[in-house]
Amino acid sequence: MKLNVNQQRHDVDVDPRTPLLYVLRGELKLNAAKFGCGLGQCGACTVLVDGEPVFSCVTPIALLADKEITTLEGLGTLEEPAPIQRAFIETQAAQCGYCIAGMMVRAHALLQKNPQASDADIRAWLEPNLCRCGTHMRILRAIHRAQAIMRTAQAGDAG
Amino acid sequence: MPGERAGLRVTPLRFIRFATVCCFVLVFAAGIFATAAWQPAIAPINPPLATSFAPDVVKRGAELAAIGDCAVCHTAPAGRIFAGGRAIATPFGTIYSTNITPDAETGIGTWSEAAFQRALRNGVARDGSYLYPAFPYDHFTLVSDDDDKALYAFLMTRTPVQAPALTNDLPFPLKVRPVLYGWNLLFLRRGPYRADPAHDEAWNRGAYLVDGLGHCGDCHTPRNLFGAEQRDRRFAGGAAEGWTAYALDAASPAPVPWTAEALTQYLGRGFAAQHGVPRGPMADIASDLRSVPADDIRAIAIYVAAQMGSHGPERTQIAQQVVTQNARGTLVVGNSADSQADTFHLAAPDGEGALIYLGACAGCHQGPRAMPYGGIDLSLSSTVSAPSADNFINVVLYGLPAAEAAHAPIMPGFANAMNDSQVAALARYVRAHFTDQAPWSGIEKNVTATRSAARAATVDHGPPSGLPGTSQRTTHEAQR
Repeated sequence: MKLNVNQQRHDVDVDPRTPLLYVLRGELKLNAAKFGCGLGQCGACTVLVDGEPVFSCVTPIALLADKEITTLEGLGTLEEPAPIQRAFIETQAAQCGYCIAGMMVRAHALLQKNPQASDADIRAWLEPNLCRCGTHMRILRAIHRAQAIMRTAQAGDAG
Repeated sequence: MPGERAGLRVTPLRFIRFATVCCFVLVFAAGIFATAAWQPAIAPINPPLATSFAPDVVKRGAELAAIGDCAVCHTAPAGRIFAGGRAIATPFGTIYSTNITPDAETGIGTWSEAAFQRALRNGVARDGSYLYPAFPYDHFTLVSDDDDKALYAFLMTRTPVQAPALTNDLPFPLKVRPVLYGWNLLFLRRGPYRADPAHDEAWNRGAYLVDGLGHCGDCHTPRNLFGAEQRDRRFAGGAAEGWTAYALDAASPAPVPWTAEALTQYLGRGFAAQHGVPRGPMADIASDLRSVPADDIRAIAIYVAAQMGSHGPERTQIAQQVVTQNARGTLVVGNSADSQADTFHLAAPDGEGALIYLGACAGCHQGPRAMPYGGIDLSLSSTVSAPSADNFINVVLYGLPAAEAAHAPIMPGFANAMNDSQVAALARYVRAHFTDQAPWSGIEKNVTATRSAARAATVDHGPPSGLPGTSQRTTHEAQR
């Protein structure tokens, strides 16, 4: 089966019932998305499908032909992190870090659609993703920082 | 040829005479209507002190308010409890629920008990204006004096919230409230509830609660052109907020017929092993019912089960087959911490729908976890055997969101993972594989409509907690 992941086409030889998460981690060695609950209830495995967040642990790849999958690795690189990645690093928003890939990916999807999202919007949007370390306030701060970074970048572009 | 039209000619004098007569008749009719429709204001009072109500009456009022689900409609998304402002979409336009906290200015703080009771029984506000029957006074009219008193005591002892009513969005002539005089004349059958001596006490208690304060028929009975419940089709099934409210009469779609015991479990504990969990607007109602005394839940269950009638031996046999053929343990997937991978030993999927079911659904719906934290075996699901695919589509797209501060099942939504044709393929497979019912028609169109505003469904995030700004009731649009 062919999958479009981070703008690259991959040919994978697995049962189409296989959850996307297993293909990402096992076949493509993209290890940012994590296995948390395996039930679509914690958000650690969140990736984007056509720009919208999905739980990759309950998404069989049979659903994904002709769709564009984006993982945290697809947002930016070590040298050139995306605004959301830069903001999480600068804010040191991770404690154990297990939920953070999912948090960043979901937050990124929101900011793409609504760069001006309010604090209430962000809280409601991130509701499906759990963090057991209690890093929520830092995560929120990081997302607001990402908004600021995006605004500055835009102003720079305009100038 | 002007000659031919001579006979039809209207002279100015004749026209004036005719118009005058018409005007007189209209004014006279309007006068009679206004006199009949006019309702006096009931004098405002100073908001009573909370200490003026007996605590046990207030407590009883709290239980009754839960049976009446007052908080469900009278609380806005992310709003304060009972402060109103929730939009209620009707086929006629949008009506906003009002503030029923004891705020003197914007709530019911200046309402006397008599004014409160008149609103519940006749659908008339304290100031004499008519209330719209989105407020189910056609049911509340059955409520007893004592229960009205307790409800009043409960609401008047809540925290007052300043929240002015929002303007309803209704077309002319419906925005002229006195037209409701006509509606009441046609459709309001005044109470109080009269016990039926042919049935026992529990049945009668159930009837009083279900048809009165509980207003179950509000959603579960189909409505006529005027938005009134069709009396000859009681409990034949209706709709609410983009969801099907299943038939509670002999046409109940439950694959295993409901019993009073199963209904008691479902309403009192939030799930029944052979029926699943409430979702959509019913999820709110079931969470409210958890605080209701067991005897009342049981009475409601007895009465509702009686509406479905006794099922013949054939139905019982079919139900038995459903249970034995598909019980957990016969089709169950491997017991593993991982819900997904172990469907592989099941038969190879035949077609797209089967593939999606085995990949995305079977892990939980045929998995090792027991109800309600594992998914229901779909051969037991009313959602799958119901005449309409509405609820199936809602659940697949939006799942069962986590409830706040409550133990409740969770299901992830697949709106972002599946496109319309994939949802439709899944629906076709599940309908054919798990039921004997005819295929649903127009599924793909229905999915598209559900995703757009055309059939927006309320997706519940659990009960309003009563704390400021924590109610999680949203529509899926708000989540985007």
